[in-house]
Amino acid sequence: MKFPAAKPASPSTRALQVVPPSGPTAWLTTFTAGAMTFLCVFALALSLASGRLADRWSEALARTATIRLSAPADQVQIQTDAILSALATTPGIASFRAIDNAEARALLEPWFGPDLPVEALPIPRLFEVVEANRGYDSEGLRQRLLAEAPGAVLDDHTRWRRPLAEAASRIRLLGVLSIVLIGAAMAAMITLAARAALAANTEVIRVLRLVGAKDSYIARAFVRRFTLRTLAGATVGAAAGMAGVAALPAADAAGGFLTGLGFAGKGWLWPLILPPLAALVAFLATRRAALAKLKELT
Amino acid sequence: MIAFDNVAYSYGGGDLLSDVSLRLAPGSFHFLTGPSGSGKSTFLKLAYAELQATSGKVTLFDRDVKSLSRDDVARTRRRIGIVHQDCKFLDHMSLAANMALPFTVSDRESDPQDMKDLLGWVGLDHLADALPPQLSGGERQRAALARAVIVDPDVILADEPTGNVDWEMSLRILTLLVELNRMGKTILVATHDLNLIRQAKAQIQARVLRIAKHRVQLAGADL
Ligand SMILES: Nc1ncnc2c1ncn2[C@@H]1O[C@H](COP(=O)(O)OP(=O)(O)OP(=O)(O)O)[C@@H](O)[C@H]1O
Ligand SMILES: [Mg+2]
Repeated sequence: MKFPAAKPASPSTRALQVVPPSGPTAWLTTFTAGAMTFLCVFALALSLASGRLADRWSEALARTATIRLSAPADQVQIQTDAILSALATTPGIASFRAIDNAEARALLEPWFGPDLPVEALPIPRLFEVVEANRGYDSEGLRQRLLAEAPGAVLDDHTRWRRPLAEAASRIRLLGVLSIVLIGAAMAAMITLAARAALAANTEVIRVLRLVGAKDSYIARAFVRRFTLRTLAGATVGAAAGMAGVAALPAADAAGGFLTGLGFAGKGWLWPLILPPLAALVAFLATRRAALAKLKELT
Repeated sequence: MIAFDNVAYSYGGGDLLSDVSLRLAPGSFHFLTGPSGSGKSTFLKLAYAELQATSGKVTLFDRDVKSLSRDDVARTRRRIGIVHQDCKFLDHMSLAANMALPFTVSDRESDPQDMKDLLGWVGLDHLADALPPQLSGGERQRAALARAVIVDPDVILADEPTGNVDWEMSLRILTLLVELNRMGKTILVATHDLNLIRQAKAQIQARVLRIAKHRVQLAGADL
């Protein structure tokens, strides 16, 4: 009799399934990973979209303001001049202009139709103010207008813009938090599944121990399986989620919040990170669970 | 190789084994005998570090078992071939894959031809692809022995290797063990089969340890 010579294991021997496949719990892991990743895609889309909204709102709205002038006919020209000179001397204003009647008519047309007799209506004169980068002192300007052109009202949008922008960034934060929570829930589920799998295989583990397997080897067998299952599930989940997002109506005409929910440009790369990330979470969770459980099963 | 110094063991309750001191010299062949339930399997488990002595010291390859880390135990097991009383296998893997397991778990493998030869040595080459649940008792015993020796261990610990086979098969397994001993392996076989012991003594220098009244004693020449 002669003893077999040993050589380093080939990849196929390394990939040998020393732990029997465990049926339904295997599907549970794959399904959980898929469902969680699917949810993650939407949380991500929400997060990115609200981020874009927050940026857009605080960018565009912050830069412009309107001054509305309603005054008795004989006062209009005097106060218009006062407003223009006040704007010309206020630091932090990039540009300003009076909106003439033709433009005002164009603005109102969608509401009142093309035959609007603008001249006959007591509609206010409008001035558009574009803020410079460093901004201007809106309270100071308001005071000055009160003194020099009492019929003028400065509407700098901040009153309604700020809460909106804040809400948008809050939603972004909630989206990120959801992703973290989904990840944690997935880690918890996979940990449970891994512990169950180890408990169901105590006999197998005994045999492996008897032939000299280290904890790290036994753990590896479980970890690889759970990582691969999670990767597979998460890939399907991410693909389904992305398809779902892509199927949403395009963000155009109405430009509302919901229709803006989606990925734009490079944003499409973000959901692609999810499956590897899920696999990493599974790897770490299973490894931790396995090594702890193996210490228990002496 | 393996030394017990004043070892006692209890599963809780009274001592199952107490005051056990003995030494298995390299190349020796020992039988361990005693009534059912006297602690033969327990003694072997102490010898391969599945159990830790309640008191006293067990030394494996000059190292105190208590000082071994979990990984050290795993490495030590690769120098010990263990034939378990109930011959456990991984039922979802072929016999050949089961035999190769001691290599597999240390990320090694052997030449398929060498594996075939080893299976031939225990007379199972025709069953390489069979699954363990399909094997008969005697085939399982021989497969377990082949798995135990595949890594060329220094020590072979066999718990009832002829437990559920007929006399002819017992002799066949004994012949394999004797052959291993002649190659210099240290061998300890737990058995209650006195005929087997007599048969072995006719072929080699074998000593007999007997468990009686919780002690392990060297039995006299008369058995
Ligand atoms: N894990 C355990 N927990 C508690 N008691 C145990 C355990 N394993 C064995 N025993 C008890 O210890 C005693 C010795 O068991 P052991 O298996 O060592 O006997 P044995 O000599 O090998 O018997 P046999 O010849 O039937 O194989 C028995 O009474 C058994 O019930
Ligand atoms: Mg026994």
